[in-house]
Amino acid sequence: MVEIAVFAVCAAIILVGAVGVIAARNPVHSALFLIQTLFGMAVVFISLEAHFLAAVQVVVYAGAIVILFLFVIMLLGVDQSENLNIEPIVGQRFIAGVVGVATFALMLVTLTGSEDAITGQPQATGALGDELTDANNVRQLAETLFTDYVFAFEATAILLTIAVVGAVVLAKRTQGEMLPTPRNTLEIREEAYQARIDARAAQLEANAAESAAADSASSTGEADADLVEASGTGDETDGGDA
Amino acid sequence: MELLDLVFLIPAFPLLGFLTLLVVGRRLGEPLAGWLGTAAMAGSFVATVLVYLGLRGQDSEDRIFNQTLFEWIPAGDFSVDIGFLADPLSIAMCLFVTGIGTLIHVYSVGYMHGDENFSKFFLYLNLFAFSMLMLVLGDNLLLTFLGWEGVGACSYLLISFWFHDPANATAGKKAFVTNRIGDWGFMVATFLVFFTFGSIKYTEFLPAAPGMNTNTATAITLLLFVGAMGKSAQFPLYLWLPDAMAGPTPVSALIHAATMVTSGVYLLTRTNGLIYEAAAWAPNIIAWVGVGTALFAATIAIAQTDIKKVLAYSTVSQLGYMFLAVGTGAYVAAIFHMITHAFFKALLFLGSGSVIHGMHHDQDMRHYGALRKLMPLTSGTFIIGWLAIAGVPPFAGFWSKDEILLAAWDSGGVNGKALWAVGLLTALLTAFYMTRQVMMTFFGRYRYNDATPEEIGIAWDNRIAASQGDVDKAIAAQDAAKENVEKATAAIGTAENNLEMMRNNVPVAETNVENAKAALAEATDENREQLTAQVAAAENGVLAATTNITNGENAVTAAKGNVPVAEEAVVAATTKRTEAEAALSTVAQERDAAPVPADAALFGEPDVSDIEEFLPEDVAHRREFHPHESPWTMTMPLVVLAVLSIGGGFLNLPFSWNNKWWHHLEHWLEPTLAHGHDIAASGNTKFLLALVAIASGVIGIAVAYAVYIKGKGPKPEAIEQPILANGWFYDLGVSNFMGGPGRKLFEFVAWFDANIVDGAVNGVGALVRGVGGSARRTQTGLVRTYAVGVALGAIALIGWFVLRASL
Amino acid sequence: MEITANWYLILSAALFSIGAIGLLIRRNPLVMFMCVELMLNAVNLSFVAFGDRLGDIAGQVSVFFVLVVAAAEVVVGLALVVAISRRRATTTADDLSVLRG
Repeated sequence: MVEIAVFAVCAAIILVGAVGVIAARNPVHSALFLIQTLFGMAVVFISLEAHFLAAVQVVVYAGAIVILFLFVIMLLGVDQSENLNIEPIVGQRFIAGVVGVATFALMLVTLTGSEDAITGQPQATGALGDELTDANNVRQLAETLFTDYVFAFEATAILLTIAVVGAVVLAKRTQGEMLPTPRNTLEIREEAYQARIDARAAQLEANAAESAAADSASSTGEADADLVEASGTGDETDGGDA
Repeated sequence: MELLDLVFLIPAFPLLGFLTLLVVGRRLGEPLAGWLGTAAMAGSFVATVLVYLGLRGQDSEDRIFNQTLFEWIPAGDFSVDIGFLADPLSIAMCLFVTGIGTLIHVYSVGYMHGDENFSKFFLYLNLFAFSMLMLVLGDNLLLTFLGWEGVGACSYLLISFWFHDPANATAGKKAFVTNRIGDWGFMVATFLVFFTFGSIKYTEFLPAAPGMNTNTATAITLLLFVGAMGKSAQFPLYLWLPDAMAGPTPVSALIHAATMVTSGVYLLTRTNGLIYEAAAWAPNIIAWVGVGTALFAATIAIAQTDIKKVLAYSTVSQLGYMFLAVGTGAYVAAIFHMITHAFFKALLFLGSGSVIHGMHHDQDMRHYGALRKLMPLTSGTFIIGWLAIAGVPPFAGFWSKDEILLAAWDSGGVNGKALWAVGLLTALLTAFYMTRQVMMTFFGRYRYNDATPEEIGIAWDNRIAASQGDVDKAIAAQDAAKENVEKATAAIGTAENNLEMMRNNVPVAETNVENAKAALAEATDENREQLTAQVAAAENGVLAATTNITNGENAVTAAKGNVPVAEEAVVAATTKRTEAEAALSTVAQERDAAPVPADAALFGEPDVSDIEEFLPEDVAHRREFHPHESPWTMTMPLVVLAVLSIGGGFLNLPFSWNNKWWHHLEHWLEPTLAHGHDIAASGNTKFLLALVAIASGVIGIAVAYAVYIKGKGPKPEAIEQPILANGWFYDLGVSNFMGGPGRKLFEFVAWFDANIVDGAVNGVGALVRGVGGSARRTQTGLVRTYAVGVALGAIALIGWFVLRASL
Repeated sequence: MEITANWYLILSAALFSIGAIGLLIRRNPLVMFMCVELMLNAVNLSFVAFGDRLGDIAGQVSVFFVLVVAAAEVVVGLALVVAISRRRATTTADDLSVLRG
């Protein structure tokens, strides 16, 4: 019974957090929702006897990765909230819904539809012991990692090194002039894109004005206010860059 | 065995030299690059000698060594190795290729002195040597073909070595294109051999040849002969060789006389097992094409004036001899003649190079003469080469040529006798044109100072122009004199008019006097004095008018006197004009009367005393130039080759008494030439034939000596007909055909290529472009669109799994 | 009622779908990265659940590796975002369409 309760609470936390990540307008909020999801996941790991992973989940994911996200968000400007009312790519939202629903449904069918959804045999060497304690789990994981998967483990070490070097190279501020870029092309496209956004915004504004004329609902008023605010920030950042 | 294992070194040395020169050649510069190339060739020669000694150490049946380096083209049943075949034939070839090659390298160090592409020349030479040795040593047809193409490419590169002159570049292209026709034959023959035997390795398909289908053997033989025709410059594909003389002279000596052009003979000798299986008429065709080319080229050589062109046609002719030998089954004789020819023709070419070098790159023999005093070493060695090629015993050429003629005689029937007769006639012509060349170059009168016919023509033109100038001047003077006469006549008229006016003045003056006197008569005392003065003045006026009349009469007389003087001057001017015109016509007559300066100049210097001062400046420059002997790097190879040309015949003397030592070459080549033709003629016949051959050579020499030195017999112009000088207009005919009717065919092919072939290619290209243009639109550049693609793909995959699991 | 592996798998599927939807509709690359993290977590959950059901430690080992890869991906991805933001005014994913055909 406790198990069910724990699962239910965790599932709720995870799903709410996940929806929060994709729904929050401000990326800072998204990151905070992500932490919520990761914590819920850590609890689920514990209930699945994966104690080491639960700890790693908290330390590495919540502690390091999300902090890195937040750091970059702060670096680039906290106020870059996104206008979720506008979708420049026609049909993207619809396709996204279809993809989400189809993925979920198909995975449900695959995972639960048949008895042998899980195939394969447990390894002889890596079998989970009967007595699962914290120490045992870590020890088992370590033993497996440093015997059967030692080459993969070393490869991940190299991968991380390369990633660090790559990040330094990419993010390093170059001395002197910037590398040449197809500036004209970029500018033209940016302008075209901005024009598309503006047109769409104007259209929405017109629609909103119409509906506002029909019945002065408060939600549309809010949307208008958001829109104005969004375009205002865009102009500001443009000026700063120039 | 250990020595034989060195066979790979033979081509390895030139390859190494080539690669080294490729990398550091320019930095080494002159003369280091040349010596490096020479060292590579010398190393190759040493390796060849070692392999030769190794081969000698074997029993004669075992003298065949196959060294496979690695598998080159493994493709199913078809497999080709990079392997070398060292047997008596290939090593005999290698010996003279590397030996003469080394000498010519040394020679080139001197000859190419000062050339801006000095190192490039040796780069090409080493590449050529490598290709030639691959051709000779390759143990299969494809490897030989590789070398075959390699030497062709080097030939092209070296003919157009001085490619800044378009003529040289064209000559290179001509050689390359003409050889393609021959290569076609070689390639098809290779295909046929593989199709028939399943292998193109000499040691595999040649032993399998006996008993093969006669038609196949005939076809292969003829196709190989087509290949040989191209490379060895036989009729009708000989066209490129005379033009190939555009290259530097060492190239002509090495590639276009001694080595590459003999590879056709080598190829046929190598595959003699196949020729033996062919129908009898196939080798007969080879023999007739060979001897026909020999005669044809010899007739052309007679009329050439370029020292190298004579040798070029001579080479074509001598190669014809070799094919005559191959066609009559006398392979030993063919190889023998190939070797001796390599000696004496390389010698002749290098000698001509030395002459050209000493004569300021003038190649026209008509400008030479008496050079033996100025270039003693060159002329001495050249004379040895001449005696060798002319068939004078005991020089090398006599023995090999005699053997070929003997084989032709012995090949049976009227056919054989006819081949022999044509060959003998060719030998006579050979002796003639070579003697002509030697006499024109080294004997007779020193003609380099002479004005050429063109220059004499220019001088006459100058002189006539000068006379014409005199005439023009006389005409101008005459006109001036005539004008003077008119002026004098006009002056008389003027003077008479003046006189008339003065006479009219007298009555006026007299009237004035009377008036004055009348006025005086009525005068008062006051103005009497004044009027008296007026009368006096009027009387003075009458006096003055009278005096004027006298003066006017004098003036008229004087003017009348001027006219005859002026008329006399006109007469004088006219006389002068006549004289000048007469002089002009005299000059023109003199020019017409002057002997036409042609080859008559051989016997006497053209008389240029009349026009001495009118000769172009070139003549003066030439008169200040003194021919000189070449440096030691050039004469040393000449001496070595001269020794070889004297002694080369001892490789294979025809004497049958005593032991086999006399037949050294024949004995040596025996294992590879199982299908040679044995001479059936008796010793007496041989002796008689040899005497006839000597007689023909001597006749040729004697006639040429008589014509070109003694001035007896027919005039040189009578012998050197334009039709011969132009090579029977064969070259021109081919060019005209290809440029005229043949061109239409090529234009059609070009049209087909441009529209049908290119159309297909461009059509495919346009299709791809069109499809790409439409497919391009799917690329929005937006990462989220691509994410949609990935997601849909993933869904499709999962859906497929689910579907498969549920079915 | 017992909590079987299926429950965890269903949760994992839901999380994955949400992540996928987020990736498709959000334009801020940072948020898109977060959505990728969500999807990776969903996969991690399924690994652990399978491992638990099969009694195999390999599931947890896989999660370990996924963690490492995710960390590397985030590092490089964020460095890219920083580098792009240096050159451009806006950093939404839709602005970067230089590869348009």
